[in-house]
Amino acid sequence: MEITESPNVGPLPTVETARKLGVLPEEFDRIGQILGRQPNFTELSIFSVMWSEHCSYKNSIVWLKTLPRDSDRMLAKAGEENAGLVDIGDGLACSFKIESHNHPSALEPYQGAATGVGGINRDIFTMGARPIAQLNSLRFGDLNLPKTRRLLRGVVKGIGDYGNAFGIPTVGGELYFDESYNTNPLVNAFSAGIVEVGKVAKATSYGVGNPVFIVGSATGKDGIHGATFASEDISDKSTEKLPAVQVGDPFMEKLLLEATLEIIATGYVIGIQDMGAAGIICSTSEMSAKGEHGMIIDLDKVPMRQPNMQPFEILLSESQERMLVVIEKGKEDVINQIFDKWDLNCAQIGEVTAPGPDGVGRLHFYRHGELVADVPAHDLVLGGGAPQYHREYREPAYIKEFEQFDADDVDDVETDEIADVARHLLSHPNICSRRWVYEQYDSMVGTANRSTNAPSDAAVVRIKTPEVGLSNKSIVITVDCNSRYVNANPRRGAMIAVAEAARNIVCSGGEPLAVTNNLNFGNPYVPEVYWQFVEAVQGMGEACRRFSTPVTGGNVSFYNQSSDDGPVFPTPTIGMLGLMEDPSHQMTLNFKAEGDWIYLLGPPTDDIASSEYLYSYRKVKASPAPLFDFETEWRVQEAIKTMIRHGWIKSAHDVSDGGLFVALAESAMAGNKGFQIDTVDRYRTDAFLFGESQSRVVITVSPDKLHEVEGYFNEGQTFVRLGVVTAADFVINDQTILTSAEAKDLYDNSLGRIMA
Amino acid sequence: MKFGVVVFPGSNCDQDAVDTLELMGQHVVKLWHKDHDLQGSDFIILPGGFSYGDYLRTGAVARFSPIMNEVIAHANRGGYLLGICNGFQILAEARLVPGVLLRNTNQQYICKNVHLAPQSRDALLTAGLDKPAYKIPIAHGEGRYFADADTLKRLNDNGQVLFRYCNEAGEITDAANCNGSVENIAGVTNETKNVFGMMPHPERAADPALGNTDGRLILEQALKAVLV
Repeated sequence: MEITESPNVGPLPTVETARKLGVLPEEFDRIGQILGRQPNFTELSIFSVMWSEHCSYKNSIVWLKTLPRDSDRMLAKAGEENAGLVDIGDGLACSFKIESHNHPSALEPYQGAATGVGGINRDIFTMGARPIAQLNSLRFGDLNLPKTRRLLRGVVKGIGDYGNAFGIPTVGGELYFDESYNTNPLVNAFSAGIVEVGKVAKATSYGVGNPVFIVGSATGKDGIHGATFASEDISDKSTEKLPAVQVGDPFMEKLLLEATLEIIATGYVIGIQDMGAAGIICSTSEMSAKGEHGMIIDLDKVPMRQPNMQPFEILLSESQERMLVVIEKGKEDVINQIFDKWDLNCAQIGEVTAPGPDGVGRLHFYRHGELVADVPAHDLVLGGGAPQYHREYREPAYIKEFEQFDADDVDDVETDEIADVARHLLSHPNICSRRWVYEQYDSMVGTANRSTNAPSDAAVVRIKTPEVGLSNKSIVITVDCNSRYVNANPRRGAMIAVAEAARNIVCSGGEPLAVTNNLNFGNPYVPEVYWQFVEAVQGMGEACRRFSTPVTGGNVSFYNQSSDDGPVFPTPTIGMLGLMEDPSHQMTLNFKAEGDWIYLLGPPTDDIASSEYLYSYRKVKASPAPLFDFETEWRVQEAIKTMIRHGWIKSAHDVSDGGLFVALAESAMAGNKGFQIDTVDRYRTDAFLFGESQSRVVITVSPDKLHEVEGYFNEGQTFVRLGVVTAADFVINDQTILTSAEAKDLYDNSLGRIMA
Repeated sequence: MKFGVVVFPGSNCDQDAVDTLELMGQHVVKLWHKDHDLQGSDFIILPGGFSYGDYLRTGAVARFSPIMNEVIAHANRGGYLLGICNGFQILAEARLVPGVLLRNTNQQYICKNVHLAPQSRDALLTAGLDKPAYKIPIAHGEGRYFADADTLKRLNDNGQVLFRYCNEAGEITDAANCNGSVENIAGVTNETKNVFGMMPHPERAADPALGNTDGRLILEQALKAVLV
């Protein structure tokens, strides 16, 4: 059928219009070749969002393909479904994923963060999995800036209001401040859900004549070109794009969750996909391309919030809380009844059509009786016709400068300076308690959070849903990335992020299974930024291979940079899923009893590079990433697992930001105890107490287990017997550094005082 | 005894209430908000959540749900009714218990463990509680209990205050008043002491696997009910 200029279609666009929509001239030519004619405005809009970085991964996919994607637990590989799917035994699978909402949150923190939470949860329940736990990873600029505090306040309230009403607990996360995020905060949301193997819904479409439904919220003009917006740098013009930010309705999402799980349970669903980025066009094209069929869609039948919506607006709208569903023909009444029960929109907007003789399904969109777009589904999507680019990359000049750092140029701490550093670190926004944040999240709904009264490095959530009942097993989940390390050395920094995530899971009693990643970087067209990306992906891939934790999917967010501040720290956030089969393996981080021995497992070093101490106390910003050695890491993690299974240790807490001292302080405060330890003369005192070299864990052992533990350690572990747990106060080398009361006040209340 | 847990659109603690009561060996049914049948339930629970999104005012819409006609009739007959969190807000909106629930003084949603001191010596839910303090989680943005002076006097004189926020030792202090409630009030009952409202979530502290069973001690009081 011919598409000509008309009131519904508009004038044919030029290459200049294409450029304004973010389509490169060569891409514009390619669209013409695919269609065999010039695209109209609606079609050009379709290609512009589907070929945006956000949907097509065109600048990242070449490297993402190098990540390990296989293990015998994988039920869906990266990119195959809306989220990764991992076999956790007993006929159950865990679906989990992390996704960014950075750009919307930079402009409108409340709605940006809220809809990020909504979007990631839809990715999970669209597979038929009921979400059971959420995490988030947040990064902001200098907290002394009023703007940063406004963003933090808005993002936390947005996550809280949405997640709390939706009714899935937020059980953990991370929060990090650095001035590189002054303009571009990062908001990464993680969700994990449980589904029975064999009852997983697919994002596909086939069966000629099968009806296509849109369900959930009505479609409005919000979020149009949101995906394109997320694919460019933030500038002073960005606030003009406010309509590109969506508005969330958690009540609607809760109803949609229940209704979606009910219709999937009927067995009549052929395919279902949530509408996130790029709205109707994304779900129709991805489902059709996967099922190798076409669709005919009447846009007039889409429930709309406002009149006079243009075809491209309906197709691209990112109105939240919507799903596209293809069901077996003849079962329309069943789906209508379920959505009626939940008082939700449910409108049939079209049907599945046969692929052409070339095997390609086409999408035909009508408005007011007129064909307004005719596009091949395959050519729109990743893995189909969407472009894939090899970008130029080049090592940035600063890397060499960072490598030249010499710790000998930094004075070690004097004995009377230790308390000063201790106070600085315990009250630092990157280290102090996140209580001000997490108390705004419902962390307990679902009665499954095993960490509420048993703190640990990763969150432990038992597997329990109305659909699958209560299991003896728990998932153990964490999000981790120290982006200062990644900036200093993207390859090693990304490896450390994976290693730390695994260490957190192991220290909580779990076994690491798989990874979802959120790759937050600057502009990929800047070779130095792209080098950070390439190096980080390679480091992550190597670490994930060695830990046997394949990458099941995730999200790439480029263009986190501004004209004023340049790119953010390269931030490849790792979301890791672990499994705890036996509840008795759960391990906590709090000190338990006076007189228990405190050990450092893993090698002490003279390394102070990239530590919070060096960066913010000594104010030395140019240094390499901390030391990391995979073999050492593996040996330490295996030792922790062994000792947990033997019941030899009473607490385990990994040494990370702020070094050994902060790890000791956190374990002590969580247990309302103190400690008395000695440093080791061979090492710099600052490195011993505050250095952040990797692969170290603080454990406690009751006196009657001392012989087993040291006997085991002597078979090949590096360790230091540091001292003992006491009733109160922090004593180092016979000097009281801090009283428990002062430490607790600094640690617990510093963030709240800044935010008050 | 048969428990009925009402499910409003937006309820999200309904399943937790069911799971907890079943863990305690009780017979529980879910009651759909559009129905008019309490299915012979002896003890009705209005669970936590965000009924109808709570966009207007917490609990303001739910009280008009079809099933609330039967729930109110059940209460007026002397039947037992417990509202937890959003359920308490709905009870207050329906005037089944005195007082209102306002935004927390810090203007933020708060989720954490707090301590409750049981008060009334003759209300079913608290008469048998003998510890000075019970560790129970709260999770709400609008839980600041308020009532005028006359109402407060009546509540105090009649033993209608169920719980007050306290510290670990059971002392009722300003510092322990997590949301700014008047006189630290965390839960109240009606004059006839068959309708109970409380902001904290006992059902979240009932399973030994979660490391706290103080809530179970509270819910077990309900099992002492003598049904008429």
